[in-house]
Amino acid sequence: MKNILKSVAALVTVLIAFTSCDDTKKSNAKSGALSSNVAEKVYVAPGEHDEFYAFISGGYSGNLTVYGLPSGRMFKEIPVFSQFPTSGYGYSEETKPMLNTSHGFIPWGDSHHPDISQTNGEIDGRFIFINENNTPRIAKIDLKTFETTEIIEVPNSAGNHSSSFVTENTEYVVAGTRFSVPVPQRDMPIKDYKGNFQGALSFISVEPEHGHMDIKFQVLMPGFNYDLAHPGRGASHGWFFFSTYNTEEASTLLEVNASQNDKDFIAAINWKKIEEYVNNGGGTMMPAEYAHNVYDEATHTATSTMKKEVLVVNPSEVPGAVYLLPTPKSPHGCDVDPSGEYIIGNGKLSANLTVHSFKNMLAAIEDKKFAGDAYGIPILNFEDVLAGVVEQAGLGPLHTEFDANGNAYTTFFISSEVVKWKLGTWEVLDRQPTYYSVGHLTIPGGNSRKPQGKYMFAMNKITKDRYLPTGPELEHSAQLYDISGDKMELLLDFPTHGEPHYAAAMKADLIKERSQKIYDLEDNKHPYAAFSDDDTKVVRDGNNVHIYMTTIRSHFSPDNIEGIKVGDKVYFHVTNLEQDFDVPHGFAVIGQNTSELLIMPGQTKTSVWEPTKVGVWPFYCTDFCSALHQEMQGYIRVSPANANTPLKWSMGEDIE
Amino acid sequence: MLLAAILPLGLFLFPLWKITLEAPQYPTPLGMYIHINDFSDANPHDIKNINLMNHYVGMKYIPDAIPEFKIFPAGIIITTIIGLAIAFKGNYKWFLYWFILMVVLSSAGLYDFYIWEHDYGHNLDPKAIMKFTNPDGTQMGFQPPLFGSKDILNFRAHSYPRLGALFLGLGIATSLMAYLVGKKNHKNSLDM
Repeated sequence: MKNILKSVAALVTVLIAFTSCDDTKKSNAKSGALSSNVAEKVYVAPGEHDEFYAFISGGYSGNLTVYGLPSGRMFKEIPVFSQFPTSGYGYSEETKPMLNTSHGFIPWGDSHHPDISQTNGEIDGRFIFINENNTPRIAKIDLKTFETTEIIEVPNSAGNHSSSFVTENTEYVVAGTRFSVPVPQRDMPIKDYKGNFQGALSFISVEPEHGHMDIKFQVLMPGFNYDLAHPGRGASHGWFFFSTYNTEEASTLLEVNASQNDKDFIAAINWKKIEEYVNNGGGTMMPAEYAHNVYDEATHTATSTMKKEVLVVNPSEVPGAVYLLPTPKSPHGCDVDPSGEYIIGNGKLSANLTVHSFKNMLAAIEDKKFAGDAYGIPILNFEDVLAGVVEQAGLGPLHTEFDANGNAYTTFFISSEVVKWKLGTWEVLDRQPTYYSVGHLTIPGGNSRKPQGKYMFAMNKITKDRYLPTGPELEHSAQLYDISGDKMELLLDFPTHGEPHYAAAMKADLIKERSQKIYDLEDNKHPYAAFSDDDTKVVRDGNNVHIYMTTIRSHFSPDNIEGIKVGDKVYFHVTNLEQDFDVPHGFAVIGQNTSELLIMPGQTKTSVWEPTKVGVWPFYCTDFCSALHQEMQGYIRVSPANANTPLKWSMGEDIE
Repeated sequence: MLLAAILPLGLFLFPLWKITLEAPQYPTPLGMYIHINDFSDANPHDIKNINLMNHYVGMKYIPDAIPEFKIFPAGIIITTIIGLAIAFKGNYKWFLYWFILMVVLSSAGLYDFYIWEHDYGHNLDPKAIMKFTNPDGTQMGFQPPLFGSKDILNFRAHSYPRLGALFLGLGIATSLMAYLVGKKNHKNSLDM
């Protein structure tokens, strides 16, 4: 018995030894070799540059963040619709006008869908546009300086969501309203929504050289919700496609009441036709009020102009310009493939994906095969325009992007996955889970005639356990996939800032070459700039005191100022005289009710300070600019309101 | 000899010398070209940035103009005219005199450059923000090398001649060759 026990024990030990040994080998083979391979794919060695830029919307941060791919490293947060104390954007006198609207100064925005400018259907990396959802606006960011240089408000709009998508040659950046509203706004019962509210689709022209924006016309559509949009390209260039929901025109409990119709619409707008109509004097100029804010790079100053009218067009005025394509189940994303032939309606309450054919649409229009009309706009037959259906692809399709090889990639929110499928055969090729509940996805160049492929990243709405916990509030998470093979391969998780909606990405070379290093002092036309010690001065104008100040490693000039009184409004106009790459100086003074200034080489920025207390108050450089940064400081003396302290300033010697 | 006299005019087209300063914070090095009549930036604003760096150790700003910028061009023009006159009128012995003249003047120029460099690197503001001393307790100088490379604090300085200097050198060498060829021809003609 003892012997049997012994031999059993020995056998078990041997078996355990063998099996565990075998296990080790297996797990090594699986995670070891494979994961190091994956790590290599996203590893960008110190000092090396990423291959792609990704511009990821900051959602409710109101900003736009700049990332590198494949590393997932964040390089910059570009302030757009929100005040940004880091640089003083929206706080400095020069940039406060950028956030002006017809509702007054608005310190915050909800940025959604960035889109890079295009030439001949290919992204050219000159400008990037992004929409603000809450107080409808479109911003233009110059990719030479990575700064917001223009913001235009969109009147007659509310929930500026089906925006900001550019046409093939950046003729227009297009902004559609998610919420329909009374146009013009007026005091009326909410229950009278149906038939009375309207949805404005705005075509904002982009001047080719500087990208200046101007609302060319607005199409006043029926009171549906216009959710997302994309331009036609190639053969369908000249058309624009908008998904709609709430064609029920409900104004309350939309989750139920806007989900009753089996099909909503994709609205197809022939903007070339409407453009021709308005160029020939068509349309109605209606009173409106909207701000147009332009940042001038020479004066380093923004100006806000309130516009007073906008040209509107009713679809009925231009027969043949607008059609409705029935699309199942409250479509969300409305995506056009690189050839311009397929229009994908991502019916978010459906398991199937609907794909319309542009050719079929034209044929149906030609044959006048209409199923009826909505407020005079012809509705085409679903079967006539359908190209195909991707059957049972997943649950809750939201958005689709494309690679250069005829494949499409669709996100499914409910089943939390990205599904790769083939254009034309509609077969599902691959599916990969996302963590968790993906919204948009982006492929570099994905919204153009020439997708640049290689990577795809999914932007998820729910983060949960993907990173070390940070309490109840978490940043969102993106996942990067390699799409160069037949199957998608998950490479990397990386956190994103705010709530990214869409993102735009492109190869780095075009932008990298043009990126500006400094602002040339010779081009600085700021009215309060000082270019040398001789220019520095302090000027009193009633209660306003203007300080013409310079910074250079490592001092302010002047750095001793006397003669300021309680009740004065002191303007610190600070010019950074540096002309070397990456030598900013900062400016902060005790009791500043705004933010610091961060001034780039060659730039002038202004901070207003209204001292309330008598004393001698220090100011200093907030950016560790040099070895003597800590010495970069000064004093400003504040005397009582009725004092007679003379206005004097100095640098390097005492005020006598 | 004609060629010899004309070649130094290349100094008006191309820089004579270049000083380059490398440091970790300057992935694109700072650089300054020295022309016969000017200092210029290798990349925009380099001289301004060199001055900014150097003020920490009390070095003077690189001047916009120095007297040499008037003397040197005049010298080159005069020697060229002399060279041309010799080329057309003079005999080969004059080629040698011109050669010697040019070597002497160029050496004087280099010596002048060295004096300026020495002053620039050693004549420091007594109120300099940072004062460095050599191990033996003497004041550390920041003179860039006349020719070659040298470490100065966090910088590595390089100083090398450029195309203009090459033209000058070629001109001088050509005059010597002209002399030797002239001498040989003269001998040959005597022998015949």
